[in-house]
Amino acid sequence: METYAIYVPRLLPQKDFFAPGHRACIGCGEALAVRLVTKTLGRNVIISNATGCMEIVSSPYPTTSWRVPWIHTLFENASAVASGVEAALKILNAKGKRGDSPKVVAMGGDGATSDIGLQALSGAWERGHNFLYVCYDNEAYMNTGIQRSSATPYGASTTTSPAGKVSIGQTRWKKNLPAIAVAHNIPYVATACPSYPFDLIEKVKKAVAIPGPAYLHVLSVCPTGWRHATDLTIRIGRLAVETGVFPLYEVENGSYKLSMDFPKLRPVRDYLSPQGRFRHLHEEEIDRIQERVTAEYEKLKKKAEA
Amino acid sequence: MEMIGMEGSHAVAEAVKLADADVVAAYPITPQTHIVERLAEMVADGELNAEYIPVESEHSAMSACLGSSATGARTFTATAGQGLELMHEVVYVASSMRLPIVMAVANRALSAPLSVWGDHSDVMAVRDTSWIQVFAENGQQAFDLTLCAFRIGEDPKVLFPVMVHLDGFHLSHVVEPLVLLEKSQVDKFLPPYKHPYSLDCDRPVTMGAFAMPAVYAEVKKAQHDAFLATKQVILKAWKEYGKLSGRHYSPVEHYHTDDAKVLLLTMGSFSETAMVAVDELRKKGEKVGLIRLRLWRPFPFEELRQAVANAEVLIVLDRCISFGGPPGPVCSEVRAALYAEQKRPKVVGFIGGLGGREIAVAEFKQMVSRGREAADKGAEAVPQITGIR
Repeated sequence: METYAIYVPRLLPQKDFFAPGHRACIGCGEALAVRLVTKTLGRNVIISNATGCMEIVSSPYPTTSWRVPWIHTLFENASAVASGVEAALKILNAKGKRGDSPKVVAMGGDGATSDIGLQALSGAWERGHNFLYVCYDNEAYMNTGIQRSSATPYGASTTTSPAGKVSIGQTRWKKNLPAIAVAHNIPYVATACPSYPFDLIEKVKKAVAIPGPAYLHVLSVCPTGWRHATDLTIRIGRLAVETGVFPLYEVENGSYKLSMDFPKLRPVRDYLSPQGRFRHLHEEEIDRIQERVTAEYEKLKKKAEA
Repeated sequence: MEMIGMEGSHAVAEAVKLADADVVAAYPITPQTHIVERLAEMVADGELNAEYIPVESEHSAMSACLGSSATGARTFTATAGQGLELMHEVVYVASSMRLPIVMAVANRALSAPLSVWGDHSDVMAVRDTSWIQVFAENGQQAFDLTLCAFRIGEDPKVLFPVMVHLDGFHLSHVVEPLVLLEKSQVDKFLPPYKHPYSLDCDRPVTMGAFAMPAVYAEVKKAQHDAFLATKQVILKAWKEYGKLSGRHYSPVEHYHTDDAKVLLLTMGSFSETAMVAVDELRKKGEKVGLIRLRLWRPFPFEELRQAVANAEVLIVLDRCISFGGPPGPVCSEVRAALYAEQKRPKVVGFIGGLGGREIAVAEFKQMVSRGREAADKGAEAVPQITGIR
């Protein structure tokens, strides 16, 4: 570990394209993920950003954190805008009106991706536009004040799925967006988490190198919405992976591969207990979550072994 | 060029082809479909070198247009009725981000009840979006105004999107005699599109930053000023187009207005029917004329005031109801435009032609007599719905 600080920066490009000074909360896992994604993409990229935390913290006029061409228009249409950018680049190059081919990347939060923007994203996947979509999943509408989305996990208390005398909070299981992406037969789908920066970087590189649509689902730990200490962001991301709550995997042309496997998963309690949003859960619910996580992980493993 | 018979929708598609559009993103909706079907055919046959994005909704159609136009591509889409409503929030973004997309709207009524037929309810819902909006009254004009739309919108002094309105079915589906232009003529008229701040890795820009209360109002004031200033460019482009084609356009167009005591005011395809009514009434010695609003946004205040200065009665036809408000949106705007004038005609509003209902020549004549009567009685403030069974 002593040589880590000397060794690691050499593996990464020094230059950042997501400038510091933005207004993300302390301990924001999403800002960290965006920094890594943009670092990996380099200067030759056009980003289409959905409305959400990241757009708000990075672009209060007249300031900007974006050192690459960046366009934000609305909440649910980042992938439709990216479709237009990609099509325009294609034809302008073919007609000799532009001589560059930047990568196109769309990004949005879990609300923009799995709820309001799902139709536009599905359309773009079906049409086969060559761009990477990155979902920064912090498991609720954090920008508007921690309302539940279809990506909010079972049992989490949010402002619109509050835990109460007769409710455990969110009563539905998290929507499986990567599986929906896979169902579109796109060439590359992966999950990642900034707690595993090199895994994330490799996946971004791969996603933009493969022609056709690519989808990267990034768990973005949110101390504000998940109600945990701000210095626990990296640890909670690791716990999500180590407990099997958020497994890291890739699906290339339909075939699944686990990015890391654990001979034995940690109990989900280790992941749930530091987070205020799960604090109200009783044994019974925790057991239920454990059962579900184990079963889902086994299913995933089977797919990877197939 | 020789005169040919062509459907209004196809005439629009021909204009888009002659403009050498780079990207077309569209979703099918009646009665707009013939425009984009023809464009898709042109792309499939290699007649038009463009990317055709068959989006999954109108919301995405306009969104893809945003991305395309921001990347520097000449961009076209078409829609109608519900489609325009579905893309509503994106329509505002296109103009506020100063992206000169051209959109043909085959004007259609709004649900419920479902009606695919023509009226102006869809247009009126996007009245205040700061899109330049023009109305065609025949297939030839739909062609001409579409070509002019690219030239006007993309002018560096403008950079606003343009809507070309052609009434659903009455224009979109009717074959009329018209004359196209040679490609060489179009190339002289229409310079290549170059957005000064497109998405470019060598000059990275942040497009669509959000505005705090401290700047939002200034942004909107600047947009308003810039939008008003587009008028001069519109006039110049139409003047040059007139020289090129022999077909002249102006924001308010006159038909027998010089000595007219009673004026009809129309927008869109019913103008030609109204012309016939004017002719017939004039034969009987009645001093009736017609003015047509060609330019709906920015609203041609000056031209309208001049056009009606000597009239006693102005009869305005709306193809939309503003429920619970001053019922005809065009009529209420016309009234507002004339309010401060010392000398102004009495303005009578009629609503008709809803959901594809025809308005025949006789009905226009009836509007003239009923309008005159209402004005004489001082009852002009009460709008009337015409043609109700």
